[in-house]
Amino acid sequence: MKAYILKRLISLVPVLFGLSIVVFLVMAMIPGDPATAILGSYATPENVERINRDLGLDKPLIEQYFIWIGNVLQGDLGRSFALNRPVIDEVLERFQATLILAGVSLVLCSIVGLLAGVVSAVRQYGWVDRTITFAVLAGISMPSFWLGLILILLFAVKWRLLPASGMYAIYGGGDLRDLLLHLILPAATLSVVAAGIIARLTRAAMLEVLRQDYIRTARAKGVPERRVIWRHAFRAALVSVIPVIGIQAGFVLGGAVYIETVFQWPGVGAMLVKAISTRDILLVQGGVLVVAASYVLFNLAADVLQTMLDPRIRT
Amino acid sequence: MKRLFQCVALSATLLMAGFPATAQTPPNVLIVGQIAEPKSLDPHAVTATNDFRILVNLYDGLVRFKDGTLEIEPALAENWEISEDGKTYTFSLRQGVTFHDGSQFNAEAVKFNFDRMLREDHPFHDTGPFPLAFNFSTIDAVEVVDDHTVVFKLSEPFAPFLSNLAYPTGLIVSPTAVEKHGKDFGRNPSGTGPFKFAEWQSNQLVAAERNDAYWDGAPTLEAVVFRPIADANTRVAEMMAGGIDVMVEVPPDNLAAFRGDPNLQVHEQAGPHVWFAILNTSEGPFADKRVRQAANLAINKEVLVNNVLQGTATVAAGPIPPAFNWVESQVEPYPYDPERAKQLLTEAGETNPKVTFYVTEGGSGMLNPVTMGTAIQADLQAVGFDVAIESYEWNTFLGKVNEGLKGRADMAEMAWMTNDPDTVPYLTLRTEASPDNGGFNSGYYSNPEVDDLLAKARKSTDQAERGMLYAKVQEIVHEDAPWLFVANWVQNAVTTANVQNFKLQPSFLLHLKDVTK
Repeated sequence: MKAYILKRLISLVPVLFGLSIVVFLVMAMIPGDPATAILGSYATPENVERINRDLGLDKPLIEQYFIWIGNVLQGDLGRSFALNRPVIDEVLERFQATLILAGVSLVLCSIVGLLAGVVSAVRQYGWVDRTITFAVLAGISMPSFWLGLILILLFAVKWRLLPASGMYAIYGGGDLRDLLLHLILPAATLSVVAAGIIARLTRAAMLEVLRQDYIRTARAKGVPERRVIWRHAFRAALVSVIPVIGIQAGFVLGGAVYIETVFQWPGVGAMLVKAISTRDILLVQGGVLVVAASYVLFNLAADVLQTMLDPRIRT
Repeated sequence: MKRLFQCVALSATLLMAGFPATAQTPPNVLIVGQIAEPKSLDPHAVTATNDFRILVNLYDGLVRFKDGTLEIEPALAENWEISEDGKTYTFSLRQGVTFHDGSQFNAEAVKFNFDRMLREDHPFHDTGPFPLAFNFSTIDAVEVVDDHTVVFKLSEPFAPFLSNLAYPTGLIVSPTAVEKHGKDFGRNPSGTGPFKFAEWQSNQLVAAERNDAYWDGAPTLEAVVFRPIADANTRVAEMMAGGIDVMVEVPPDNLAAFRGDPNLQVHEQAGPHVWFAILNTSEGPFADKRVRQAANLAINKEVLVNNVLQGTATVAAGPIPPAFNWVESQVEPYPYDPERAKQLLTEAGETNPKVTFYVTEGGSGMLNPVTMGTAIQADLQAVGFDVAIESYEWNTFLGKVNEGLKGRADMAEMAWMTNDPDTVPYLTLRTEASPDNGGFNSGYYSNPEVDDLLAKARKSTDQAERGMLYAKVQEIVHEDAPWLFVANWVQNAVTTANVQNFKLQPSFLLHLKDVTK
């Protein structure tokens, strides 16, 4: 097990390395440069050249990349052009916020998705199943940024129950309760689609398992139905659903990009949107590296969990 | 599983217990909804109006714009003298002013500020880059005469000098703080302004507290908090939910709803902004002046400003915005006259000219570029033009347009905001300012008479004479029509009804010193 985890962690290195090259090339390929973004309508060739020189962007691309990777290996992610502060400070500060939002959303969508899927499967073709299936399909089909705006409109503007945006109250906030209040709407929005997908898969997996002989045997033996479903069937179904939850981690991290923008959540997603539009290449690199690494780690955790649950893969 | 449900139910109850706890802004603290997080709080390192709105409350310049105007009045300099030849400016500085970090404001501090921006050999030049430093490129040297007298030596007479000093790039920072924080000064700012920096939480807020020792009278507000809310819909929702006291740049579509709300106040102020479309005068149909005039006549600008922009702009007559009220121009906007436009096209022998139109998807001062571009396209098609729109994301768009339209397009949207009538025509309408020479004259307009007038107006230090020269520029350029003259933006803001003495300035700056709540 330890060797497996270690192997997976080592495989992270080439993934991140390759990714950094891709990000670098893509950022170099899209038109416009940081100097133009900084100068806006004042971007004369002369001014652009001056700013590029100040930022060290007048060097050849290859050289820029090697300078960057050399610094990264020494633990220095460079300075953001647009924010004029070390990339590492900004990314870590932002990543905490994303982790809170994405983590809570992942837990939320897993609980809701698994529950809905199990109930749906047990009551197959009953009205509960139909209602859940309808809700799930609606959730999957809804654009999340739109849902986010509607939730803001209802809960913040109309009923004034929850804050419209941000992570903490501007004044007198900062405690856990304040954070939770601010978290409800974005986390709910972010989990809707993922919950729907998990629910669909759980339902399919449960139906599959419930048809198995050992379930019939268990029922025949007189094991209580509740125990049959949760102990025997659900546990088996979970094994095939967990990798999907791992994949949803990627979705939740990716979805955070626009949900964070809608809710002004100070996370990595909103940061990346701005960094790309200002061609802030080092900040994009830093943000992408952190998001990619956490995606790989989420999936690793899912795989480890699956191994622990499934006796067939254990050994 | 049961325990899990209990857990969820319990936390839900705990949460509900505190309702309603949201959307209350604290007393005597003003919460301002901004359109983006500032890039830096170093006034010399930034270019965006969004950042300027914070900076003018933390810093002072040597001079400033008089309330409600674009005229210059003393600030950190009590008075000044300009030499006969217009090349030497001597400032007498206000005494007894200290920066927020406790260090003294004096002539050395002024010299430090401009040397840092302009001299590559300055020990703190690497705390930049300083993108708008070219506003001061005519400065040859800054000399300290004594503690309270400083002399600026210019390489040539340069009329917009004082107005550039009043702009945020001319705000004075504390040398001690720059020396202490180096490259991180932008996150640890120190000036002499009415509010002093308190804290910056990334993408959440920038807070500033009252400066009790402010030389021009301390503000009443205890503190100001600037919150970046990038999404316009979310910003509107926060305003409606009561999470912010002030919101700037209200989308036109929401303005009408806010106007009808008795709990809110809408503020409007025309500023030195012009929205136009550059026409390629070097080749294609727009090389003919009659076709350019026809295009100007074909556009229904009233509909654009009243319907598309919902009254958040006025119709532009020429390159010089009416906010420069000392430029006494009699020029009226081109009327909407499609018949006359068709007639001009026939005269020019271009009844069905094909044109390519660059449109941007958004950008600083661009208002509602896609809808406006489409409306302009429709109006031009109605008189016989065949318009193909190509739209680009803002930075890509700037890259294409700033390289010049030759060989690529016939027209392109553009907007400028300035602090002096010199800037825009000087950068965009002079023969010398072609893209090959590093200028912004992307449509290659050339009229020697305009070149002469601009050169003269730039050297004159007599405001009345400058006013006459720019009026003449306005008249000639209007007639030559190198652009489609479309709109002058009326900036807006919404405040809650209990916010008093809030005022937008024609400079687009946001002075909060006198605001109470």
